[in-house]
Amino acid sequence: MTTITDPPKGEFRLSMLLYDTRYRSMTLQVIAALVLALSLAYLYRNLATNLAEAGLNISFEFLGSPAGYDINQTLIEYNSQSSNFRAAIVGILNTLLVAFLACVTATVFGVLAGVLRLSNNWLVRKLMAVYVEVFRNIPVLIWIIIIFTIMTAVMPSPSAFRGDDPDSSMLFDLFAFTNRGVYVPGPYFTRGIGGEEGSIINWLLVIAVLVGSFFATRAMTHRANNIQEKTGVRPKTLWINLAIWFVPIILLCLVLGLAWDIPELKGFNFGGGLKVGGPLIALWFALSIYTGAFIAENVRAGIQSVSKGQTEAASALGIRPRRVMSLVVLPQALRVIIPPLISQYLNITKNSSLAIAVGYADITATLGGITLNQTGRAIECVLLLMLFYLVISLLISAGMNVYNNAIKLKER
Amino acid sequence: MSDTHAQSVAFVRDTAIPAAPAPANETGPVKWLRENLFATWANALLTVAALFVIYLILSSTLPWILGGVWTTTSLAECREVLAGQTGACFSVLAERWNQLLFGFKYPSELYWRPILALVLLFIAAAPVLFFDLPRKLLIFTALYPFIAFWLIWGGSILVPIVALLGVVGGYLVYSRFVAQSFATGFFGGIVAALIIWYIGGFITEALAPANPMLTAVPSRDLGGFMLNLMLGVTCVSLSIPLGIALALGRQSSMPLIKGICVIFIEFIRGVPLITLLFVASVMLAYFFPPEANVDLFLRVVIMITMFSSAYIAEVIRGGLAALPKGQYEAADSLGLEYAQAMRLIILPQALKISIPGIVNIAVGLFKDTTLVSVISMFDLVGMIRGPILASTEWNGVYWELLGFAALLFFVVCYGISQYSQWLERRLATDHR
Repeated sequence: MTTITDPPKGEFRLSMLLYDTRYRSMTLQVIAALVLALSLAYLYRNLATNLAEAGLNISFEFLGSPAGYDINQTLIEYNSQSSNFRAAIVGILNTLLVAFLACVTATVFGVLAGVLRLSNNWLVRKLMAVYVEVFRNIPVLIWIIIIFTIMTAVMPSPSAFRGDDPDSSMLFDLFAFTNRGVYVPGPYFTRGIGGEEGSIINWLLVIAVLVGSFFATRAMTHRANNIQEKTGVRPKTLWINLAIWFVPIILLCLVLGLAWDIPELKGFNFGGGLKVGGPLIALWFALSIYTGAFIAENVRAGIQSVSKGQTEAASALGIRPRRVMSLVVLPQALRVIIPPLISQYLNITKNSSLAIAVGYADITATLGGITLNQTGRAIECVLLLMLFYLVISLLISAGMNVYNNAIKLKER
Repeated sequence: MSDTHAQSVAFVRDTAIPAAPAPANETGPVKWLRENLFATWANALLTVAALFVIYLILSSTLPWILGGVWTTTSLAECREVLAGQTGACFSVLAERWNQLLFGFKYPSELYWRPILALVLLFIAAAPVLFFDLPRKLLIFTALYPFIAFWLIWGGSILVPIVALLGVVGGYLVYSRFVAQSFATGFFGGIVAALIIWYIGGFITEALAPANPMLTAVPSRDLGGFMLNLMLGVTCVSLSIPLGIALALGRQSSMPLIKGICVIFIEFIRGVPLITLLFVASVMLAYFFPPEANVDLFLRVVIMITMFSSAYIAEVIRGGLAALPKGQYEAADSLGLEYAQAMRLIILPQALKISIPGIVNIAVGLFKDTTLVSVISMFDLVGMIRGPILASTEWNGVYWELLGFAALLFFVVCYGISQYSQWLERRLATDHR
């Protein structure tokens, strides 16, 4: 008779911690936790001794004290008596400004170059390939410095615009390109609400009207789609949509009395108008053309990823070439293009930190540059700086995840 | 009568028509031009616009390059020689050539050492990059880091020898115990290496000769394009193993290890490299023991390696995710344990898929090494913006210098990406 014996139970040996799969992962995790805790403790002890030796402590009080330095390009009110915290806010706004501008123009460059790379025209195709390769393979820092040098060393100084027969003249008498920055006409309201201080309200009003128009046109398109579904005839929406876009905003501008402040030479420099500083332009343009080259590759890959059968099937159904593009190819290509596009936007935001190389007052240059050097609060400043970029990145990637889930292929 | 009859006679040709040349529009260059440049009106317009752009670029750069001056000693002299004509002042490249490549502090009589290290780098990298070469060459690749360290920094030869001995000892312990279990071998190897390095530290200190064979060069004297290359090569090669470990950790079923890896990767990928360089330059020193004097080069290498390993980890994770689940299950059903399954089945395939991504990261990282100029290290860009443009002789020579830097980076990065495309074709073993 054979007897079936159970495997020995209960007998726990120490080696089972490593060789028994039931316990092994637990053992490894405990070891990992111990190692992590020990190294953190070691780093913390070093930090504490070093700080004590240098007579420092960790405190964020410096944020409230006056910054004591000027910033040449600010979006909000700021002077050297403002606090370090306000300087950081100015920096954050400047970062967001240049990142936003560069995202828009990089998309334009990228889409243009990506589409032209697929053109039938051999010369244009090759030219775009050269553009992409040249800009992708040279560091963005070098591009920023090159364009900054163009802005400062090649552009004429304001004095060149003076005299009866000046060396330089303004473009259309509206734009002045000087080595101190570009002067463009600045809009302002003559009958604005709330006087000088209320100018921000006027701009908010303009934005509100534009947003309203956007939703109104969307509603119009939705209505047209419904009518087309029911009757088969699509009502004409072009003129109505154009009217919705333009009539309210023009009316608002007339009511508020929109006027343009045109730059003109006053003494040794230009007065009036909006001044866009050389560093901002260098950073904006360099980031745009550099990232545009990457976006061009994404766009090309996206369009090529739509198989030829799709285009042919659409043509076989009798859809016109233009509508094949907008109804069949683009919706499928966008699914491939948008995720890498958003990560390029993320790259632009992170690369905008190179502003410090040309003296544009973004968050890295204010908080991580001047404030850090003046207060000596290295650890606090760098931590806050990292926190800011981390929050921005996490927000953008959260947005990307929402989008990816929305456009995911709906499968069974 | 005959008229009608004549019409009904069938005509049958009994000789072939001699072959006529195709219409002029449909052959040769004319056809190519018509199809590729002037297919439609819009296309023709595009062609003209493109030609105009090319003309603009060439007409502004060609005279400048061709009229270049190579043999003057300052910008003022350049302007005298050019006498108002368009022309570049390439003399700055000729005169500051060594500074651009090696920085301004590296002793000039020792330039042969980094040059030799660079030549040896090609030999060491060859068997890794081109796997048709004999595998024996990999031994040299393994020795190369120690040789290069000794060549560039100089000093006592005992330092690289002890480092090498530690690695060899660790490897011996590993291969002795790996048959039992991978973990024992791996950690045993690390412990053995640490012990040898610890003991060796005392020996090198005791035996350090007063006049070493190669003069020691401190790392703050490194600079120029050499610094970019060193940072790029060191950080990429260090971050590949680290990236693999992080990617595997992120895939792990153990929540703690997975959590650590996810936080590390997402944190590093969320911040710009420049903030990490700030950490290296102003903050990292606080985290080392007070008596340790870790130099800036090493701190920068640590931070850049962490930076690129997070990105490489994400690329490899993509490769791991792209493998069909069957591969994992097949490895399990063969009874392989985790380390074996990864080493023999999963990683070889996953790494193959990830190669283009890794090369992209490597190119990006190499370009990003220029950022160290922001924390006042004198790499190629730092040299140009600092000592050279600030000198009285060359103040104002922007385009020649920046163009040279751009050209150097373009050549290296374009070369690497062409290699990656070749490798991709080589490795495409499926769908033939």
